[in-house]
Amino acid sequence: MSNLTQIALLCIALAPAAAAAQSVDYARSRITCVSTQMKVPVEAEFRRFRAQLAFDPSQPETGSARIEIDLASFDIGSEEVNVEARGRNWFDAGNHPQARFDSTSARALGGGRYEARGPLTIKGRTHDASVPFTVKMDAAGNATFEGVFAVRRLQYGIGEGVWKDTDTVADEVQIRFRIVTSGKPPQKKP
Amino acid sequence: MTGTAASGHARYTGTAIGLHWIVVVLIVAAWALGLTMVDLPLSPQKLKLYSWHKWIGVTIFLLALARLAWRTAHRPPALPSSMPAWQSRAAAASHALLYMLLLAIPLSGWLFSSASGVPVVYLGLMQLPDLVGRDKTLAELLKQVHVVLNCALFATACIHVGAALKHHFVDRDDVLARMLPLVAPRRREK
Repeated sequence: MSNLTQIALLCIALAPAAAAAQSVDYARSRITCVSTQMKVPVEAEFRRFRAQLAFDPSQPETGSARIEIDLASFDIGSEEVNVEARGRNWFDAGNHPQARFDSTSARALGGGRYEARGPLTIKGRTHDASVPFTVKMDAAGNATFEGVFAVRRLQYGIGEGVWKDTDTVADEVQIRFRIVTSGKPPQKKP
Repeated sequence: MTGTAASGHARYTGTAIGLHWIVVVLIVAAWALGLTMVDLPLSPQKLKLYSWHKWIGVTIFLLALARLAWRTAHRPPALPSSMPAWQSRAAAASHALLYMLLLAIPLSGWLFSSASGVPVVYLGLMQLPDLVGRDKTLAELLKQVHVVLNCALFATACIHVGAALKHHFVDRDDVLARMLPLVAPRRREK
């Protein structure tokens, strides 16, 4: 038995105990945010992000997630607004290219719902975030993680200067995500 | 004598007169906001003006429907019998065109907003359904339609005002006075 085979078998044996990173199907995954301008909800998409997920619904507390979002990939459908959003008053994507979430704990909320908690860093500022989500498994072993949570933009200095006024752009921004992981064997190193 | 009412000088009803002049004020306000807002740099002020412009547009649409409903129950006073037939036909046609534009212009704006991915939230209270999905090409087309229809409204309104002034100062009949608030129709001594 080669070393590689032994490692592979070990992985299979250990799989239920420690959830392994699942490979993400980016074509079917989406991270969007909905900001509210003059009570008008407007959706924008973050077109580039990386996600590392390891989650087993039978052992949620072993799960972990790391999400990194390229803030320059923000797309609200208007180039004028996209340029403004990348600028210093908003994401300042030149100096802080990425937003990042690292889970430090995960738990089941019951009823097929789960929650990951951990630091969320945007524009160099870090606050704890609680991210509720659901997981749907299909027959092929693909998992779809979906959730919505709110971020207070001003906590992160998003929308400075004239944009601090929350009568025009509300403080609360909804982050929505759907991350699909394929049912292929985990690609995590043993 | 051309009047049909007992007084001999038929006027529009107070409701019809009120609605007419409210819509005039709203159209002028929507034009002023529209022409101002498009040239503003992106700012909270710009977002406010866009919202106000849309609220006014929805209001004009609703008032145009109310006017048409009122008009079916309260026929407008007859035009002077001295008017040439072609002028009566032109008056009827331009009034029909004005009503169509009062409905079509807000509708094109609503479609344009939907295609741009920005829902319309009337008065910041009631979110209208998106008529079409987000589509940049369609949005650009609808923007042109919105502009062209407004040019058509401006041209038709100029004819409308010109005709009213001609009736008042050249023909010296009651056509303008019957739509003026607080102005009694001319007394005809002869």
